[in-house]
Amino acid sequence: MDVFATALPALGEALTLIFQPQQLMYLILGVLLGLSVGVFPGLGGIAGLSLVLPFIFGMEPVSGLALMVGLIAVVPTSDTFASVLLGIPGSTASQATVLDGFPLSKKGEAARALSAAFVSSLFGGLLGAIVLTFFLLIARPLILAFGLPEMLMITVLGLSMVAILAGRIPLKGVAAAGLGLLIGTIGESDASGSLRMATYDIPYLVDGFKLVIVGLGIFAVPEIVALLRQDRAISRTGGLGSGWMRGIRDWAANFWLSVRSAAIGVIVGVIPGLGGSVVDWITYGFTVQGAKDKSQFGRGDIRGVIGPESSNNAKEGGGLVPTLIFGIPGSGSMAVFLGGIALLGYDPGPHMVRHNLDITYTIVWSLALANVVGAGLCILLSNQIARLTTIRFTLVAPFLFTIISFAAFQSSQSLADLAALMGIGVIGIMLRRFEWSRPAFLIGFVLSSQAESFANQAVQIATLRFKRGFWDGMEYIGSPIAITILVLTILSIVIGIRQGRQILGSGEPPVATRRAPLIFLLVITAYSAIAVWDASQINVMRDKIFPVTVGIVTLIACAFLILRMSRAPVGDAVFADLEAGEEDGAAPHGLWGTLGWFAFLLILASIFGFIIALTIFFVLFLRNRAGCGWVQTLVMTATAVGMMCFLGGVLGRDFPPGLLQEYFDLPWPFT
Amino acid sequence: MKYLETTRRVALGLFGAGAAAVMATSAWAGGHGGVDFGGKTIEFVIPFSESGGSARWANFYAPLLSEALPGNPTVVVRYRPGAGSTAGANWFQEQDTDDGTLIFGTSGSTQFPYLLGDPRVRYEYNDWQVVLASGVGGVAYLPADLGGQMDGLDATPLQGTDFIWGSQGATRLDLVANLAWKMLGMTVDPVFGIEGRGDGRLMFERSEANIDYQTSPAYLRSVVPMVEEGLAVPMMTWGALDDDGDIVRDPTFPDIPTFKEVCEATPACSTEGDAWAAWKAFFIAGFPAQKMIFLPGSADADVVATYTKALQDIHARDDFAELSAKTLGIYPQMTADGAGKAKSLATDVPDSAKAFVVSWLEEDYGVSLK
Repeated sequence: MDVFATALPALGEALTLIFQPQQLMYLILGVLLGLSVGVFPGLGGIAGLSLVLPFIFGMEPVSGLALMVGLIAVVPTSDTFASVLLGIPGSTASQATVLDGFPLSKKGEAARALSAAFVSSLFGGLLGAIVLTFFLLIARPLILAFGLPEMLMITVLGLSMVAILAGRIPLKGVAAAGLGLLIGTIGESDASGSLRMATYDIPYLVDGFKLVIVGLGIFAVPEIVALLRQDRAISRTGGLGSGWMRGIRDWAANFWLSVRSAAIGVIVGVIPGLGGSVVDWITYGFTVQGAKDKSQFGRGDIRGVIGPESSNNAKEGGGLVPTLIFGIPGSGSMAVFLGGIALLGYDPGPHMVRHNLDITYTIVWSLALANVVGAGLCILLSNQIARLTTIRFTLVAPFLFTIISFAAFQSSQSLADLAALMGIGVIGIMLRRFEWSRPAFLIGFVLSSQAESFANQAVQIATLRFKRGFWDGMEYIGSPIAITILVLTILSIVIGIRQGRQILGSGEPPVATRRAPLIFLLVITAYSAIAVWDASQINVMRDKIFPVTVGIVTLIACAFLILRMSRAPVGDAVFADLEAGEEDGAAPHGLWGTLGWFAFLLILASIFGFIIALTIFFVLFLRNRAGCGWVQTLVMTATAVGMMCFLGGVLGRDFPPGLLQEYFDLPWPFT
Repeated sequence: MKYLETTRRVALGLFGAGAAAVMATSAWAGGHGGVDFGGKTIEFVIPFSESGGSARWANFYAPLLSEALPGNPTVVVRYRPGAGSTAGANWFQEQDTDDGTLIFGTSGSTQFPYLLGDPRVRYEYNDWQVVLASGVGGVAYLPADLGGQMDGLDATPLQGTDFIWGSQGATRLDLVANLAWKMLGMTVDPVFGIEGRGDGRLMFERSEANIDYQTSPAYLRSVVPMVEEGLAVPMMTWGALDDDGDIVRDPTFPDIPTFKEVCEATPACSTEGDAWAAWKAFFIAGFPAQKMIFLPGSADADVVATYTKALQDIHARDDFAELSAKTLGIYPQMTADGAGKAKSLATDVPDSAKAFVVSWLEEDYGVSLK
């Protein structure tokens, strides 16, 4: 085989290059940096790379590559900590991990979930590297076969996962996804810059909402608030059940699931332009569809952790392919990585794969090695770190509020980030309370802009092709790849509708009055109606068609729900309201009072700036809510402020300024 | 030996970075007003995200500036993306740092909304002091079969073809290309909404698009191999500006004709009149001075002088030509009066040209700038 003849010698050279003490040292340094940065939600590969980029210039190439690759490779590994232990999606790569990982933590099986996740990551990363080694040489024509219609179909396949994640009442899932899609269209359109539900007077809206903020608002805020209302540890048992060995056995028992998920990860990662955000949802959906007993998904099924985690590290490997072959970054962190490679004197692109194959393989296998080192370290640490779930949550919560505010602020460095986090957090809390599928909402949001762009662009090109000739057009939209994905999508919807109810579907949901769920539904209906009206005012067709269509579908779903609510008796499942349930209803603290604490931090920040606000907030919270003594209060406050200053200082990040800073010039970190 | 030294320096640097950054930033940036940046941290803010050409350009200059400025300050690139770079520029407008610890990098995408009177623009170029202007060029190219149809320099035979290409948006840098093709009488449908010029090139490679243009660094890196394989042929460059303000061949691509030459050879196109004036004005705003480094208007004169000197030292380095050719292409890197001249070229567009472009965007693409 030609491919092998080219690949093997270069591979040998690459391995010799990597296995030098010095390169290994840099690799491990990169891994450690990546793990430390990746642990913080909202800070990912980009933040880590920006940290080392100033030093890359002038470095010896292999060392520089080892440093950067080590860092990138482990971010999707370390963000698992936040997803599993705290229910905070650490990055886009681990959103789906939250769904089952966090319930496992609540069951007291955090160490098991973590080690299963890390072993899956490790395996996914390795499989990704092996596939890449040979695929790199033949990938170009295959990747070029993925045009806009094919990418649109993959996006639709991602959206079809809503069917299986819709929850007890499918219509609510559709409406939630529709709402997510609509919120994703807010701001300036990608195509021609028309404004949707925004005005130039509020520049923040023009830019639209960022995924970090929506992910934190939809998943993290509701979970933190819900937990804080119970004054106890995350782990319901208060202890750690089975340890990390159990997780590794779980992975071994689901080996083929891991292989399949890793394969999906590589394939989706390889296609430039799709971005990594669909991968974990697609694998999660497939994992659920392929399982016989679905009753535990969403409540702590270990397979729901193994699937997405196997795919997200494999995706990082897959994402390297377009980055290296075309010089087109598959994600934000790949873009920075590309800049770093250029600083080392290499130009990624066809000729790099052709003429610097050894360097190319160095990148691929550094990635694999970093995965092994990173995941290995994480597995060893997982028992220790999992103890976090046995600490009284009231003591953990203020740190989490701090971290998610800081993470949210990174997205555009304005106070509006914090307001947006709060607003979306309220939406998340309501979605959770009334049992609207939060994954469906997030899938809608994540895929909104690419669904719109791909649809518009594919239609425009297809129209031109059809103008040339009917078969010319058919050939364009009806390629074998597109048809295959279409069939998969239809299967996924059919299976999803037939089986989706089994997830979260058994048993009766708690219900209270008819009024509260109805009001929430009416609010959503009203928003959708306004969004449709607003979009219909736009006079550029390509900017208008998508929000109008999506909005009308959402409105239809809402209309059916209103109909059902008006007819159903009080105890019907459509009126699900967690406030009436055992867990939330009986909580010692109220919902709004608890959320009020978070709001309090944000209001303080808008007046005094973040660091001063943090100090005041910590002292008041720990004294009044947690009932700590002065010594403990002061130590914890100092720890939190110190930690933020260190993080901000090292990463060169600012903190949210408040009114005070408008009038007075304060020294860092109070600026 | 050099190898070992670099390694040690980097390793030390990395470990010390955290501590240094904390110490340097907290050593409170208050007004000594001097020109020695020893122990200080300079923020190089760009209104774009970490990906893209401006990030590459800023990261190219940051370490060089750190070496060349007196006192060897740490130069950190900060990203303030948003609203197609207007958000960051609006932010910079509010800054009044006078000791040189804040510099701001703009691009054509910051200039165009300013020129077109975009309602989001709350910044004023005239308030800022320019210290560097970097030029870039652009090359349009075609698939081999379509390229062969051109009659020498005459683009008339291309008028019957339906062209399609991936564009970042009607009001972005791409308007230079859209207007040029329109002037040649070609029917080019932009597919709007791609995220970067790289995606446009990929559409071309997948044969979804049948025309495209790239800025010079990207053309050199990614299109030249396609040309060598016979998959693409260059059509024209946007050209370069000589000292008299005339458009001449791009020094990076001396063998490729300029749009001006093609226009002169094509009967449908004219190098006189409103369209040409508007095209030339926006070309000048977008390319020969595409990226600039600014100090706030409040910065002291000796700070400006220190930066100018440092940048001139960088350009005088023996290895500068080699370093910059790879990342930036062979284009003028202007400082002092040159930069000032470039700035006024880039930001003073005649009202008639603006009016022409605004009404054309409205008419052809339904884009209104209200």
